[in-house]
Amino acid sequence: MSLTQGMKAKQLLAYFQGKADQDAREAKARGELVCWSASVAPPEFCVTMGIAMIYPETHAAGIGARKGAMDMLEVADRKGYNVDCCSYGRVNMGYMECLKEAAITGVKPEVLVNSPAADVPLPDLVITCNNICNTLLKWYENLAAELDIPCIVIDVPFNHTMPIPEYAKAYIADQFRNAISQLEVICGRPFDWKKFKEVKDQTQRSVYHWNRIAEMAKYKPSPLNGFDLFNYMALIVACRSLDYAEITFKAFADELEENLKAGIYAFKGAEKTRFQWEGIAVWPHLGHTFKSMKNLNSIMTGTAYPALWDLHYDANDESMHSMAEAYTRIYINTCLQNKVEVLLGIMEKGQVDGTVYHLNRSCKLMSFLNVETAEIIKEKNGLPYVSIDGDQTDPRVFSPAQFDTRVQALVEMMEANMAAAE
Amino acid sequence: MSRVEAILSQLKDVAANPKKAMDDYKAETGKGAVGIMPIYSPEEMVHAAGYLPMGIWGAQGKTISKARTYLPAFACSVMQQVMELQCEGAYDDLSAVIFSVPCDTLKCLSQKWKGTSPVIVFTHPQNRGLEAANQFLVTEYELVKAQLESVLGVKISNAALENSIAIYNENRAVMREFVKVAADYPQVIDAVSRHAVFKARQFMLKEKHTALVKELIAEIKATPVQPWDGKKVVVTGILLEPNELLDIFNEFKIAIVDDDLAQESRQIRVDVLDGEGGPLYRMAKAWQQMYGCSLATDTKKGRGRMLINKTIQTGADAIVVAMMKFCDPEEWDYPVMYREFEEKGVKSLMIEVDQEVSSFEQIKTRLQSFVEML
Repeated sequence: MSLTQGMKAKQLLAYFQGKADQDAREAKARGELVCWSASVAPPEFCVTMGIAMIYPETHAAGIGARKGAMDMLEVADRKGYNVDCCSYGRVNMGYMECLKEAAITGVKPEVLVNSPAADVPLPDLVITCNNICNTLLKWYENLAAELDIPCIVIDVPFNHTMPIPEYAKAYIADQFRNAISQLEVICGRPFDWKKFKEVKDQTQRSVYHWNRIAEMAKYKPSPLNGFDLFNYMALIVACRSLDYAEITFKAFADELEENLKAGIYAFKGAEKTRFQWEGIAVWPHLGHTFKSMKNLNSIMTGTAYPALWDLHYDANDESMHSMAEAYTRIYINTCLQNKVEVLLGIMEKGQVDGTVYHLNRSCKLMSFLNVETAEIIKEKNGLPYVSIDGDQTDPRVFSPAQFDTRVQALVEMMEANMAAAE
Repeated sequence: MSRVEAILSQLKDVAANPKKAMDDYKAETGKGAVGIMPIYSPEEMVHAAGYLPMGIWGAQGKTISKARTYLPAFACSVMQQVMELQCEGAYDDLSAVIFSVPCDTLKCLSQKWKGTSPVIVFTHPQNRGLEAANQFLVTEYELVKAQLESVLGVKISNAALENSIAIYNENRAVMREFVKVAADYPQVIDAVSRHAVFKARQFMLKEKHTALVKELIAEIKATPVQPWDGKKVVVTGILLEPNELLDIFNEFKIAIVDDDLAQESRQIRVDVLDGEGGPLYRMAKAWQQMYGCSLATDTKKGRGRMLINKTIQTGADAIVVAMMKFCDPEEWDYPVMYREFEEKGVKSLMIEVDQEVSSFEQIKTRLQSFVEML
């Protein structure tokens, strides 16, 4: 009988998250390759080659959520990383430096011994993709330089006009073929195209069930608490090309569907207003952001961030143009007009009453268009919004009091609109 | 006034008065100007269209107020200034603005121009070793060209482009020569003058700039090299302004013997080479050949080694890192470069460049103690 038999989705999530890290540790111990990857870089190539994958952004978010970011940020600070640099990147560079020191001296630095960070091994190669920011190019340049290891780059050019042109897809698909050649050299064996097809199919099944979960937010009242998407995100990032993600997401989507049928909703009848969260979660204060909204009886039913991993494509397309499109159409890699359309679609589907914009100190790409995005959307659907200051992993930026004041104002506006409509 | 002084004075005037340079050009030619956002653009196309390319690199000491509405305080200093000027309508006389998007900030800024000029955006490919990247960039350039032709109402012929490429290549070669001359004659070309020669090339037709700089070089080289009793540094970063900051270099006799500033030598580092392919293809190849820049992806991270080599080649005493405030590509390069400097025993100092700031006492103190240590 399978170890996971009878587990609920929440248990599966914890189990497979731990297992992914364990897989990497065991691979390293066997002398096999470990790759660190950007969160929306295509894992299909490395997984086909049997390379264990670790995702520094997820790892850093986990460290942040477990209140361990400060130690790693201080290590990065000592190495010369400016506080302006993305905190995921700084946490990861700090962690990498600790691992490197341990590998060289044979002694784990104290800061690592005391860290709540999940134990992951150093990489033998890295793969990056700039579909969610160009910072990932700089960060992975540094990983490759500091560890003297190969770096595979998948460059998806910013789509300043939409739809995505064929010449961009052709360039990206060519990079896919180049990545495969690089991996053949690194691994010293030919690429297994048959397995590649299976991995692509697996990825598509994971994405299918991931989308099933997000889909549940369209019901009113909602059986899905949108913050759960943040919790389950770890697997769509780290395990989408393995069945770990598929098994977990299917279980969760099934549970939600059963709940819906049984009339069991996320807020158990207390859902008054529904909001969109735009931006990355404030991981070190995730509990606070969720609870504050819950206390105001406001439920998140729309967020584009977890939808970044809606990486559906045609797995049979041998030109790989379809896969290229999936990896480049990420809404933050497109023009403002498209970004607005994507968010409007999410708001409509989730039947939201307003938006919280996270002005994220770490993420310039997901902050510098917030004003324009909010204004255009307000003009189109008339829904209220507020902006809150925060950071994805540096706990010092977020102010709980500011957050509470701003979201109270939002909820008041949303409730006033509802009252006026009645 | 000597001829050297006269030329420097002319270039300093242009550098300090870009608006006048543009108005003069318009009056003279009946044509207009096109704004060129940092960092790299196919400027040759604008030149071939008969328009004056105008660099847009912010301003100095402007208090940010209107831009605050649209940008949080942690946007890079240059873009804060550019946004403030947009809001004031400072760029509205430009016939178009060309935007490249090699960093996250520029991606966003390309989508929120507050002026009235049409904005033309293109993306540089970052997997630069591949031929597919060249092909991608050629298509982007074709689209830029088509948009320019449409906005300006002119046809840009291949012959005109070839002519402009030759003019730009010559200007870059002359500027590389100027860098060496400035290193040999710091008594004649101080930090302020050196910067002005570079800055003026953003607001002048390159053939005119070339002629002046050639003459300047010839005049200077006709005089003997004098021993330099100050220090020598290589500077790196996005830009090193304003003159008040450069005055500190002069005050402490710190000669800038080479630079890796995005506003200065990175603009003249690579040429559009002769060879197979049309002009747009060869211009795309120039991006492939670019190196040592935080905005041009390099998984081998060669910038630190390049800078160390520059110090060896020029006999410089140290490297000064002019860190543009809130420029994360530059901030990401720094820790690796710094480690390499330390490993090779190359002395370095990082100073922060913030265009909004108008007081330089802190930098002055830091540079003074740094020089004393060298």
